Amino acid sequence: MLENISMTPIRLTTPVTDDIIKQLRIGQKVLINGVLYTGRDAAHAKLVALIGNGQELPIALKGQIIYYAGPSPAKPGRIIGSVGPTTSGRMDLYAPKLIALGLKGMVGKGKRSPEVIEAIKQYNSVYFAAVGGAAALISKTIKRCEVVAYPELGPEAIYRLAVEDFSVIVVNDTQGGDLYEEGIKMYAATS
Amino acid sequence: MWLSVLLQINEEGNTIKPINVVDISQAVAKLCIDANYFLDQDVLSALQKAYEEEISLTGKEIIKQIIDNADVAKKEEVPMCQDTGFAVVFVELGQDVHIEGGSLEEAINEGVRRGYTDGYLRKSIVGHPLERVNTGDNTPAVVYYKLVPGDKLKIIVAPKGGGSENMSAIKMLKPAEGVEGVKQFVLDTVLAAGPNPCPPIIVGVGIGGTFEKAALLAKESLLRAVDTPNTSPEIADLERELLISINKLGVGPQGLGGRITALAVHVDVFPAHIASLPVAVNINCHASRHKEIIL
Repeated sequence: MLENISMTPIRLTTPVTDDIIKQLRIGQKVLINGVLYTGRDAAHAKLVALIGNGQELPIALKGQIIYYAGPSPAKPGRIIGSVGPTTSGRMDLYAPKLIALGLKGMVGKGKRSPEVIEAIKQYNSVYFAAVGGAAALISKTIKRCEVVAYPELGPEAIYRLAVEDFSVIVVNDTQGGDLYEEGIKMYAATS
Repeated sequence: MWLSVLLQINEEGNTIKPINVVDISQAVAKLCIDANYFLDQDVLSALQKAYEEEISLTGKEIIKQIIDNADVAKKEEVPMCQDTGFAVVFVELGQDVHIEGGSLEEAINEGVRRGYTDGYLRKSIVGHPLERVNTGDNTPAVVYYKLVPGDKLKIIVAPKGGGSENMSAIKMLKPAEGVEGVKQFVLDTVLAAGPNPCPPIIVGVGIGGTFEKAALLAKESLLRAVDTPNTSPEIADLERELLISINKLGVGPQGLGGRITALAVHVDVFPAHIASLPVAVNINCHASRHKEIIL
């Protein structure tokens, strides 16, 4: 099925709806426009603690996309430092709770747990990969940046990023597809 | 005055060369910044070759993004990756060098502090592995010392990212498992790592020694330029064979499927105990950051 994937990217603007998310398929290239919220382990732990206590979150998750990233400091005169994806697996324990609250997408790198993949299917969400280590290039697609929660966490704070054509690839879709599984199957040499 | 003259000469009549800690800090600061901003030519060449050889279109585009990223980082003098790493420092201290003005290790840490602050590099170190409060200046560095003949001080700074370090592994094999056991462990480790260490990766393998020696061999092998095989023809053959096998796994750039999973495999060996066959696999991301200076 991967052979038929077009290399022409799909443009997507946040906040996103279930209808749009349901059309996405693994291997598709997507250009995200609108807003991405950053979040790493420390911020996720805080968000999930609030959910556990029935308290309001500092960001409205419905229809939004979280980017697993912690930027390097911005040089003077720059919007943001270098900001590539971090390993998503560290957020696996927390992600299903956010997906259940309406989180429509996650951007990171690396495999997700069966629980996250199941939550993606159940609640119509999607997991995208950005290119790990392409952080200087990625930073050029970020047009505005502000801290919206947990400034005390430094690079691990939650930033609201305004992005233009932020390039990602669909890895886990609502159909249960997993590009990490399919990609390796397609290219593993049989000899 | 006689005393000061005497102090400059050691027992073999060689001159003692003084090196001041201020110069060491300055050199380390620059190495931290340069390693994070500027991709080495050997890695760039390997990426260009990988771009030609990759058959997956997505994989090809990823490699292109990685090459473009290096170009942006170089031109704009910003870090290639936001994870600017743990500062791992290898010191080769000539026996005829005298460090002046303070502690060598403190001078290295001062260099890291300054490099990570002045270079706008991310501070990624927590002061305690369980309490996890950021030290705020990326110190302390992890420092390894080697005493060597001569009057030079060589410093290598190799910033190591968490993503690739976390996928590294070590195993104490039975000697009977031999080279086949080693190969299997390397392949298993790379396959299990999948997309996490940011492939295409550089795979460092240490075989022999003790538990910690094997790990250090693996790490040190990553300091070699990617187009340089081991000087032993047998080990160079093993490196080639492992690279071919790894690139048949199908993991590909960023683990999304493809032929180019690794740019290079570096193997270093050391004598082993009659009862032991340790093997360590230290994975480096596609940036393979390290810079050195000789003072």
